[in-house]
Parts: sequence; structure tokens; C-alpha cells
Amino acid sequence: MSTSLASQDTGQDTGSVRVTRHLPRFAALGLFVAGVVIGALLTLPSGFSIALTVVYGVVLGTLAVHLVSRSVEGRRKATDRLVTTVVTSAFAIAMVPLVSLIYTVLDNGLGRLDSTFFNSSMLGVIGEGGGAYHAILGTVIITALTALISVPVGMLTAIYLVEYGSGRLRRAITFLVDVMTGIPSIVAGLFAYALFAIFFGTGIRLGIMGAVALSVLMIPVVVRSAEEVLKLVPNELREASYALGVPKWRTVLKVVIPTSIAGLGTGVTLAVARVIGETAPLLVTVGIVTGTNLNPFDGRMATLPVFSYYQLTQPGFPPEFGIDRAWTAALVLIILVMALNVVARLISRLFAPKTGR
Amino acid sequence: MAKRIDVSDLDIYYGNFLAVQGVNVSIEPRSITALIGPSGCGKSTFLRSLNRMHEVIPGARVEGKVVIDGQDLYGADVDPVDVRRQIGMVFQRPNPFPTMSIYDNVVAGVRLNSTRMKKSDMDDLVERSLQGANLWTEVKDRLNRPGSGLSGGQQQRLCIARAIAVEPEVLLMDEPCSALDPISTLAIEDLMTELKERFTIVIVTHNMQQAARVSTATGFFNLAGVGQPGHLVEFNPTEKIFSNPEEKATEDYISGRFG
Repeated sequence: MSTSLASQDTGQDTGSVRVTRHLPRFAALGLFVAGVVIGALLTLPSGFSIALTVVYGVVLGTLAVHLVSRSVEGRRKATDRLVTTVVTSAFAIAMVPLVSLIYTVLDNGLGRLDSTFFNSSMLGVIGEGGGAYHAILGTVIITALTALISVPVGMLTAIYLVEYGSGRLRRAITFLVDVMTGIPSIVAGLFAYALFAIFFGTGIRLGIMGAVALSVLMIPVVVRSAEEVLKLVPNELREASYALGVPKWRTVLKVVIPTSIAGLGTGVTLAVARVIGETAPLLVTVGIVTGTNLNPFDGRMATLPVFSYYQLTQPGFPPEFGIDRAWTAALVLIILVMALNVVARLISRLFAPKTGR
Repeated sequence: MAKRIDVSDLDIYYGNFLAVQGVNVSIEPRSITALIGPSGCGKSTFLRSLNRMHEVIPGARVEGKVVIDGQDLYGADVDPVDVRRQIGMVFQRPNPFPTMSIYDNVVAGVRLNSTRMKKSDMDDLVERSLQGANLWTEVKDRLNRPGSGLSGGQQQRLCIARAIAVEPEVLLMDEPCSALDPISTLAIEDLMTELKERFTIVIVTHNMQQAARVSTATGFFNLAGVGQPGHLVEFNPTEKIFSNPEEKATEDYISGRFG
């Protein structure tokens, strides 16, 4: 479009429109790759290293694109290309750990992702075999209990903050929620341990203690996300409801919450995903056990993150089998978190207000 | 059903800020009363004080009396929720509930208050209200579609249907046509003229032709300067306001020589 305009302008010779030249479509990419290759060659004399190659390559590639573009296309276009290149490189670098992590976990974990892993516990297993049946169920039970505690408390707090709270109390609650967000997870675990130790004596380990510890971490996340979502509900809808003679509590229950249900559901699901992989608090409150214990009010339970930790640090003899189980437990945990994220997306799509167009 | 509204010495505050001062006015039943005036002079504030909607804003309060057929709206034992059931309101921007169908939007006042009603009665109510709002023929085949899928003018008429479905005695309209095209505006003006037979209507408008077309009485609000409270300059039959106003300020505003 602009090239044809430019060629017309040259023909008319008006002088008011500057003729612009463009780099061919894939020239920028080619220049960048060339820069990277030169960067890689430069590192060769001192021995090949990935980190150095990336640093040299990105710097040289960016410079090459910028300089060539500047000489051909002018300053404004060159700045555009420079920023585009920097932003894209930054994104690519940010992707490196994620891709590397997923690759490593898949590589090491897929080997034991078999039916035995999902069907058997570690009861009586010393070397080969064994599974995380008990740990998977333990994680599900403890996370469900955590959600059972955190969702009502968090939701009601958010509703109070958005719909009812004012003045000093509201500011105090907001501040304390912010502080709670920053609590290190081990502190939450020690808090739950200390709380239950008052009633049951030291050395106590219960599934419900883990749920309490995780709730300390999950409540602020739920409050924060629910608060933001409730704030998005337009005030006009509340006023429309009041103007129909609907009391405030019914307005909240029947207008505000249904309107924001998609966002609330997404927030809760993401908060669950946030706490499902916590290890430290469960280490001190729930411990680990080799057999299956499904009663959170009676003794130690196994959970996936703690299971993974113990299989790695105390793999038994020979150690390979324990380490393999640790990797597979990590893989299952990642799959669980990804599944929760998919659920969150589905919720926000299913419950979003329909436009009907 | 329609009721008369008597306002005496009404002062309206936002916190310590006096927004509207000393309003005295009597609004006749079964009439359309238009409120005109420049932006920020307190027309909407005054309108919202007639069904205690302004209390929704933190810090807002009133002094003075609003009496509807002998009942003091601001009496100590009056519940604002009851007041709003008697006095409906239509807002500037159409605001149907996005999670509800057209049908549910109309019966929202009934449903949200959990009043028990037979399905057939509810169907009747929906048809009656939508016909009252001149929307029935346009939407009768898609009552289960979301209300937010309608056009702006249809949405506003849906909001009017929703407001009249709870059978209020007074209908307050806060610039109901300012977001609409002339054709939708005409539809709503015709509707107001019909509704006048059953309701007392008070409308805030920036459109002076609209005030002249539909209203029986007009009130002109003005404010002395920035930061000063707004007050009611003149309240008279619409014909008199637009032909021979008592106050110089009214004449200036209507003839466009304002400010």
C-alpha cells in the first residue's frame, strides 16, 4: 500500500511526501539470524558456551537489524525495529526456563507414568515399583478442604470490602490482606503447627492442619481476585436493582454475584492452582506416610509435593527408582495445575454474560 | 395509582458540600414534569432524592421534606427500600441486567424481591409491561434472548418496562433519551405521553425541545457559580416557561444566551 503510494509520489515529484524505502519482508529476521551466527562464531575461540552465544547473538543481531534498517529505512522505522527486536528477544529468553523445565520433567517423569503409579501406594515398597496413589488422593483431599475453608472466608471478605466496607476498618483489612499475601509459606505451616500443638500437644500431624496452613496462603489470593472482579461490576446495575426496591443484600446475591460469577470462578481456580504445589507448609503439618490415609483428622497423610521431596531426598536403595518416582510426581503435579488452568478458562467462557448478538 | 409530590425546603448535601438548596415544589399527579438546567446544577441530584436513591452514594444526605400523598419519605420509620418500590427510576444509560433474558429483565423487580407469582400471571405481567413500553411486538418472539443483545433504544424501553412492571406510583427518568437516536427518542416520548395516564412522571432532560414537547410543567435549575449550591429558579406550566418566563435567567437559558 505505502510502497505504491511512494512510487506515485516519485512520479509526481511534489517533494512534500518523503519517499520511503522498505526492507524486504524477511530481511529483519535474516539479519538477526546472521547476527546470532556471527555471535556464535565469535565465542568459538574460547570454547562453545550456550550462555555466551545467546548474549553475543542477541546483542549483535539487534545491532545488525537496527543499523541496516537505519541506513535504508530512516530513523523512525529503525527505532520501531529496534524495540520490536528487543521485546521479542526478551520474550524468547523468558520462555527458555519454562520450555527447559517442561522438557526436563517430561523427559524424566514419563518413564514411570504408568498404571502402577496411579494404583499403588508406597506401602512395603523398597526398590522398584510403588506409586503415588496415596499422595494424589491426599493432595486432592487437603486441597479440597483448603478451598472449603478459603473460598467462603475470602469471598465474604471481598464482598465486605467492595459492597459494605468503608473508612478505617476497610483500609485495615485491605492492608492486612496485602500483608498476608507476602507471608512465606513455611511461616504459614509453622503457624498451623503451633496452633494445633496448643490443643493436641507437640509432634501432632493431621491433614486438616495442612488445609489450615494452605488456607492462610490461599485466602488473600481469593480476596484479591474476587475484590478486583466485584469492582468491575458496573455501578449502574446496582442502582438499577436498588431502584426496583430490591434490598442491598439481595442486590449483591442476585445481581452482583451472578454478573461476576465467571471472574469469581476463575479466581478461585487459579488460587487453588497456586496452593496445590506448596511443599514447605505440608512438610511441617502433614508429614509423609507410605500407606493410604484418607482421613484428614487422623494422623499423617501423603501429598504429591511432599512425596516428591522425600522420594528425591531419601530415595532408598538403589536410589534410581525413588528419583524416578519423584520426577513422575512432579509431572503429575504440573498436569494437575495445567488442568486447573484449563478449568479456569472454561469457567470464564461458560459463565460470561451473553451478549446475544 | 399516581401520586402527588410535595417538596418543601429541601437541601441536599454530599458530605459537607451543599449541592442543592431550598427547593420548594409541588408535582401534580398524572402529569409529566420536566427539569431543565445547565450541567452540574443539581437536577439529577434532586431527582434521585425523590426516591432516596442518592443515599446510595456515601456521605449523601438531605434536610427538608418530601411528602408523597401525605407520607413523608424521610420519616424516621420509612424504609428506603419501600420508597423505591413505590417510585421507579429509569437511568441515563440503559442498564438491563446482562445475566438475564429479556423476560427475566422485565420480571426482575418481582423475582429479585422473591414475590411468589404464578407462571401465567408472570407471563401476563411481561406482556403487559412490554406493551406498556411499546416493545412487545419487537421482542415477543425472542423473550429468552439476553437483554443486552437489543439496540440502545430497545434496551432503554426494556428498562422502562422493567420499571413499570413493579407498578410504581411515580416514575423518575434521568435523561432517558440522551444516549439515543431521534427515532428511539420519539418512541420514548410517545411512551411517556401514554404512561402519563397512569403514573406521575418526572424527567430530567438537556433537550429543551423535549421538555416543551412532552411536559405539562417545567422546573428550571441553575447555580450562582462554581462551588455554589444549585437551586430551583422557576417552576411553572411548560407553556408559560417557554413563552413568557417570570425570571430573566430562565429566559436567557431557554433562548441560548446563557453564560
